Amino acid sequence: MSANGQDLIQGASGEWEVVIGLEVHAQVASASKLFSGADTSFGAPPNSQVSLVDAAMPGMLPVINRICVEQAVRTGLGLGAAINRVSIFDRKNYFYPDLPAGYQISQFKNPIVGEGEVEIELADGRTQTVGIERLHLEQDAGKSLHDQHPNLTYVDLNRAGVALMEIVSKPDMRSAEEAGAYLRKLRAILRYLGTCDGNMQEGSMRADVNVSVRRPGAELGTRTETKNLNSVRFVEQAIHYEARRQVDLIEGGGQVVQQTRLLDTERGITREMRSKEEAHDYRYFPDPDLLPLELEEEMIARIRSELPELPDAKRARYVAELGLSDYDAGVLVAEKETADFFETVAAGREAKTVANWVMGDFFGQLNRSGLDVADSPVSAAQLGGLLDLLDDGTISQRIAKQVFETMFQSGEDARTIVEREGLTQVSDSSEIEALIDTVIAENPDRVAEIRGGKDKLVGWFVGQVMKASQGKANPQLVNQLLRDKLLAG
Amino acid sequence: MSVDKATVRRIAHLARIGVEEEELEGLSGELSSILNWIEQLHEVDTENVPPLASVNHATLLPREDVVNDGGDPDAVLANAPERHDDFFAVPKVVE
Repeated sequence: MSANGQDLIQGASGEWEVVIGLEVHAQVASASKLFSGADTSFGAPPNSQVSLVDAAMPGMLPVINRICVEQAVRTGLGLGAAINRVSIFDRKNYFYPDLPAGYQISQFKNPIVGEGEVEIELADGRTQTVGIERLHLEQDAGKSLHDQHPNLTYVDLNRAGVALMEIVSKPDMRSAEEAGAYLRKLRAILRYLGTCDGNMQEGSMRADVNVSVRRPGAELGTRTETKNLNSVRFVEQAIHYEARRQVDLIEGGGQVVQQTRLLDTERGITREMRSKEEAHDYRYFPDPDLLPLELEEEMIARIRSELPELPDAKRARYVAELGLSDYDAGVLVAEKETADFFETVAAGREAKTVANWVMGDFFGQLNRSGLDVADSPVSAAQLGGLLDLLDDGTISQRIAKQVFETMFQSGEDARTIVEREGLTQVSDSSEIEALIDTVIAENPDRVAEIRGGKDKLVGWFVGQVMKASQGKANPQLVNQLLRDKLLAG
Repeated sequence: MSVDKATVRRIAHLARIGVEEEELEGLSGELSSILNWIEQLHEVDTENVPPLASVNHATLLPREDVVNDGGDPDAVLANAPERHDDFFAVPKVVE
């Protein structure tokens, strides 16, 4: 985390270092809420997934969801973090219409997970460690809709009470790029662990970004917090704007005020948040409805033993055992779905060939169609089937690419397409010889040139014969036979 | 420990309780004497005693992760001050 020269901001009076910390709210993957049996699915009709506990009706008591606790422990272990055997739920008190109890159940002094770390990779190949300060469990609030009526706010409590993990980083990042890499990496780890679906568009992951500036190496400056950013791009946008705003403010003789801000995503600027944040005084105290949360060693040990292979370990294995380049391995492990897809295809096949196909034709088609791996019309088994036909010589490389495009359009198996369209590679030398004889007969001038010493023209003949065979001739065989005919004797 | 009028005004606002100006003096006296009474606890030596989060020595019992509640917007909205479709409708809080 040393100040890398390129990360400094140039001000009128010299250089400034940006200091960034992230608080990420990740929705726990669970069927029901943290303290009630209401459904957590996204997109249900308003107030259809609300228990009377979530609506804070008098006399309702919270009962903790076992799986939500396990998910927090699993995440903590995945982040290499300390698991606290005893943690305590507190009430965070504030008034807002989408918080029916007037308080949020959260963890303040004694969170379930303590310090851990995340390794990030940057574009120039540097890696860096970002410290995790803590992870705690808390309830989400409901949703306020301000644009449905001229003078009323509509409230939907479906989200109220859904379990969130708040993951707080240390102020270890020094540029928007580092913050973006951290958020992407954290998201990948959560998705590998299966503790959060990582769907930022649906709000399953949101980030609050703390930004301050200082002279390189000096004491920390005053920070601002830009809230509720639901994409990597918005996080980067907020940091760029906020860092520049603070530098200009200080250099103009002003002072940064500690405050909460919002990003105007249309204009790419941040502005101070009003009303809600006035008088931050949450008066935390232990929730008398909930006993301390005590974790059993057996449960922690079981979860530890069940942890899946995480991206860093997977990447190292791809390099060491499959012989992939570090870059290719990094691309393949970045998303869990891609890694799963790759591994399914690569099982029993040559890993480098598979990696080239996945990252080349497969990614290319997905990008052109705007699809994710999960939505791919070609399954891993189908791509494997195509590669088998290529491997056993049934089709040529060129035909394979053509077949893959058809597979992507129709979702059919490679073999079906190859058989229907008669694309089987011709390895019968008499058939190929007939084609060669025709091409030679049509181009006496070039034949003469070759015999006069221009050996390189053989390549041109290979191309002509391949064309005449509609790409189906076995190119090695064509090459061999042509050389025999044109260069021999 | 004494609670002055400004503090009473502030905590009343945080708790969204309406307190008239002339009530502040009396409340400040009452709250101060309550706090002073509780402060007697400081006389007990708590060196090496861990903070207590609960007087109940049971452990927190979890529930299984099953959906067995919700699905009844009418019950949830029954006491709503105003209801539009299946939403609570409240005075506008603009950000």
